[in-house]
Amino acid sequence: MLIRRIFNNPALYRNPFNELEQMRRRMDMLAGNLFGGVPQQAVASGVYPALNVTENKDTYYIRAELPGLKQEDLDIQATGKSISISGQKKIAPEDDNAKYHRREREAGKFSRIIDVADNIDTEKVEARLADGILTITIPKAETAKPRQITIQ
Amino acid sequence: MTDSKELQAREKQEVAAPAEHTKPGLLFTPAVDIFETESQITLLADMPGVASKNLNIDLRDDTLTLTGDIDPFEGPDEKDILIEYEVGKYFRQFTLSEVIDQEKIEANLSDGVLRLTLPKVEKAKPRKIAINAA
Repeated sequence: MLIRRIFNNPALYRNPFNELEQMRRRMDMLAGNLFGGVPQQAVASGVYPALNVTENKDTYYIRAELPGLKQEDLDIQATGKSISISGQKKIAPEDDNAKYHRREREAGKFSRIIDVADNIDTEKVEARLADGILTITIPKAETAKPRQITIQ
Repeated sequence: MTDSKELQAREKQEVAAPAEHTKPGLLFTPAVDIFETESQITLLADMPGVASKNLNIDLRDDTLTLTGDIDPFEGPDEKDILIEYEVGKYFRQFTLSEVIDQEKIEANLSDGVLRLTLPKVEKAKPRKIAINAA
């Protein structure tokens, strides 16, 4: 009984290899931070299309992969605080005699709404579709832009 | 094709590189449709972000290889806020059982979708054989 208690008590029984492992992990983290490390893991929302949102000093960018979509298949609406993207992906019917080996591409409707933190100027929102990538450009409102403050 | 259904979000399928790459980066497998008629095989592949100059189609020894490179479309000063999909190269390989007329292969890339037409060689086309009644 005594032996069991000693070995089950984490304070008394420490695994030296565990500590080595922790040290290795810390070293990896340090090295990762120094050399750029692995890219950020994508988090899926479960809603089509998947969006990537980035920003720089003056603009927000929303990007989505929409292969095969034409301009007229897309409907983008901007309200003061959100952007809605909806549309329909169409796959044209092929030859009636065609026999399929693979059918992985999908057609269908979609609609998604994304909230934008600040009030946006709906007049200045622009969208571009090139090579199946949709890019929505949202200029930041003056209040959202970082302002350089000079020290007097 | 039922166009009325809702599209479901699907994660991009990552694949292991067939050979070691010198350039780091992710590799994805594009979704494809492949169908065959009597005279040709057609392949459609979703490769968003691939410009025609970055697409490489290679057919040798019955193995068709599609490789699509991506030009970075984010500016250097952009910071990520929300990342739901990753961007990387596309790679997919197929073994073709039919004999393809290499001269007549046609490829067309528009809106991020590749349409590849692979015409069969004459002798591989099925021929209706008439049975002569004795």
